[in-house]
Amino acid sequence: MAPLLEIKDLHAEIAGGRKIINGMNLTINPGEVHAIMGPNGAGKSTLSYVLSGKPGYEITGGEVLFRGVDLLALSPDERAAQGLFLCFQYPLEIPGVSNMAFLHTAVNSQRRKRGEVEFTSPELVRKVRELGKTLGIDADMLKRPVNVGFSGGEKKRNETLQMMLLEPYLCVLDEADSGLDIDALKVVSNGVNAMRSPERSMLVITHYQRLLDYIVPDVVHVFSAGRIVHSGGKELALELEATGYAQYQNEAA
Amino acid sequence: MAAQTSAPIRPLKTSAELALAETFAAARTALPGGREVAAQRAAAFDTFADAGLPHRRVEAWRYTDLRALMRDAKPLATPPDAQAKAQAATAGAMLAGLGARRLVLVNGAFVPELSDLAALEPGLSIRAMAQALSDGDALVSAHLGKTVSSADAVLALNTALMGDGVVVHVARGAVIARPIELVCVTTEATPVATFTRSLVVVEDEASLTLIESHEGPAGVAYQVNTALELVVGAGASVERVKITTEGSDAVHLATLLARVDAHARFSNTFFTTGGAVVRNQLLLHLAGEAISAHMGGVSLLAGKQHADTLLSVDHAAPAGESRESFRAVLDGSSQDIFQGKIAVRQAAQKTDARMLSRALLLTETAEACNKPELEIFADDVQCGHGCTTGTLDQQLRFYLMSRGIPAKEAEALLIQAFVGEVVDAIGNEGVRTALTDATQAWLLGRE
Repeated sequence: MAPLLEIKDLHAEIAGGRKIINGMNLTINPGEVHAIMGPNGAGKSTLSYVLSGKPGYEITGGEVLFRGVDLLALSPDERAAQGLFLCFQYPLEIPGVSNMAFLHTAVNSQRRKRGEVEFTSPELVRKVRELGKTLGIDADMLKRPVNVGFSGGEKKRNETLQMMLLEPYLCVLDEADSGLDIDALKVVSNGVNAMRSPERSMLVITHYQRLLDYIVPDVVHVFSAGRIVHSGGKELALELEATGYAQYQNEAA
Repeated sequence: MAAQTSAPIRPLKTSAELALAETFAAARTALPGGREVAAQRAAAFDTFADAGLPHRRVEAWRYTDLRALMRDAKPLATPPDAQAKAQAATAGAMLAGLGARRLVLVNGAFVPELSDLAALEPGLSIRAMAQALSDGDALVSAHLGKTVSSADAVLALNTALMGDGVVVHVARGAVIARPIELVCVTTEATPVATFTRSLVVVEDEASLTLIESHEGPAGVAYQVNTALELVVGAGASVERVKITTEGSDAVHLATLLARVDAHARFSNTFFTTGGAVVRNQLLLHLAGEAISAHMGGVSLLAGKQHADTLLSVDHAAPAGESRESFRAVLDGSSQDIFQGKIAVRQAAQKTDARMLSRALLLTETAEACNKPELEIFADDVQCGHGCTTGTLDQQLRFYLMSRGIPAKEAEALLIQAFVGEVVDAIGNEGVRTALTDATQAWLLGRE
């Protein structure tokens, strides 16, 4: 089976020259859930931005293949159409753009790019309502401008809704539990778990083990100083919770 | 006021000013109106002659130096011939879906055969301004030049040279559901000047939606000087939208003088995409208490376009509420000017006025000037103003792109939302849709 994502000796800097990703290697096969854990400032969020193509980062070495394609050569929208989805740690508010119109534009932009038939408005509205129901997102939240005035939990549920609608091959969840109470965490986790399939993979970025009680990973990586310094099974997360990251930070240095 | 005997006369100097003086001298006897109107014209021309074309030392025109921008004065347009009328038949297409009652002015002249004057609703009457001036129409005599006082030179020039326009009267209590659209079109391939003047009187408790559109050929340096006087009676409700899509080389100067009485609701929205130089000046006098007034504007500019909005809101009576909301989207090396003044007189206690102007710069060479002013003489009021100038939010752009939306479409969504802050406040749904579509078309046309 061909890997879904291959990161090979990746080096990246933030604009201005500070090195953040420093020789990273990672292979994710279809259907696998990988967790990346590490201390604050290790470069975890940067990794998610570099993968999704956020401006302001410079790739100084290495390559990333996603479904066999050179991911780093694509613009952010092309990466999304290839099947990459970044679930933002802090989803942005977009005043004046209704949630439904946003979802409509996003899903049809991707379908158009892939040469698929676009959804009609009624089709999309029905689909969004059905998905929304499982996440506790009501019609009012769909009419409102994207994330404007949403609570932290509502924003994350809205991210999950986008992910479920867009049906990506790889979901990158950046600190998916930020700002969530335990009930919202369960709703979001259930949404993510419902999406697990033999073709779809997840990259869960977190610095707490808590989230991994709900979204159980196949592989756990310790990320420090811009690269993976240790990998193990799901039990590694519990071990980290007990011992902290200090030993691995030394290992990296 | 008694005749002034020793007003300091600044001799007209520029070739445009001299040409305007010649135009007035040649045309004055042929312009419509009896002796009273002729006197009004002469006095207005004196006002213009005293001041000359506005320049940057005139504070209200500080950022639009008309003396520099208007190098010459074009000859007065002649009455439209059959060809001009045929060309004008398709004008105002942007609002075709609205089903409005169209009143068409071609090259400054009202054209009845292109206008829809059939089955006027009870309480609605419509006349051509030229005819009304010639007849000594009582409504015109009562209101023209008397709605809001102003010594503005461009308005004075309009008064001196006003040719035609429309006179609309809505009787007390008449609710006119079908919008009226005043379609102003220039068809001439050689540059001409038009001076149109209209009067709209909406009596107490009546209501009206009034759209005004201005268009003309690209690449022709024609000049439009247009003015509307609007009287909104007590408890009346008037929504006005002015759409300016003039040709690429046109100079368009427009004045709205509006007097509003107690408990009335009045809104005015400018939507500007066309013209080389566009000036919209709005003098709003809120004469009665508890008026609700919403002033809005959108400018979508590119190339070397220059648009200037001057707003003056005069709260003269208690408990008025006014909202002023202006947005400019600037591409290329375009310039947008917003000067907004809210004055609250001592009697106007409990006034609630809020003004916000925002400009979005799409290039490094575009320019926005914002000059908000508050002048408050009452002590129990809530007034605020704000202005921002900035670029598209790159974080939002990335967020949209990360969902699969291409860069151009992501930008278009954000710009549409920015413009929507004004357009969505328009009451008439058909107009809202038309302006949203026009914004989309403008965005698609961006290079």
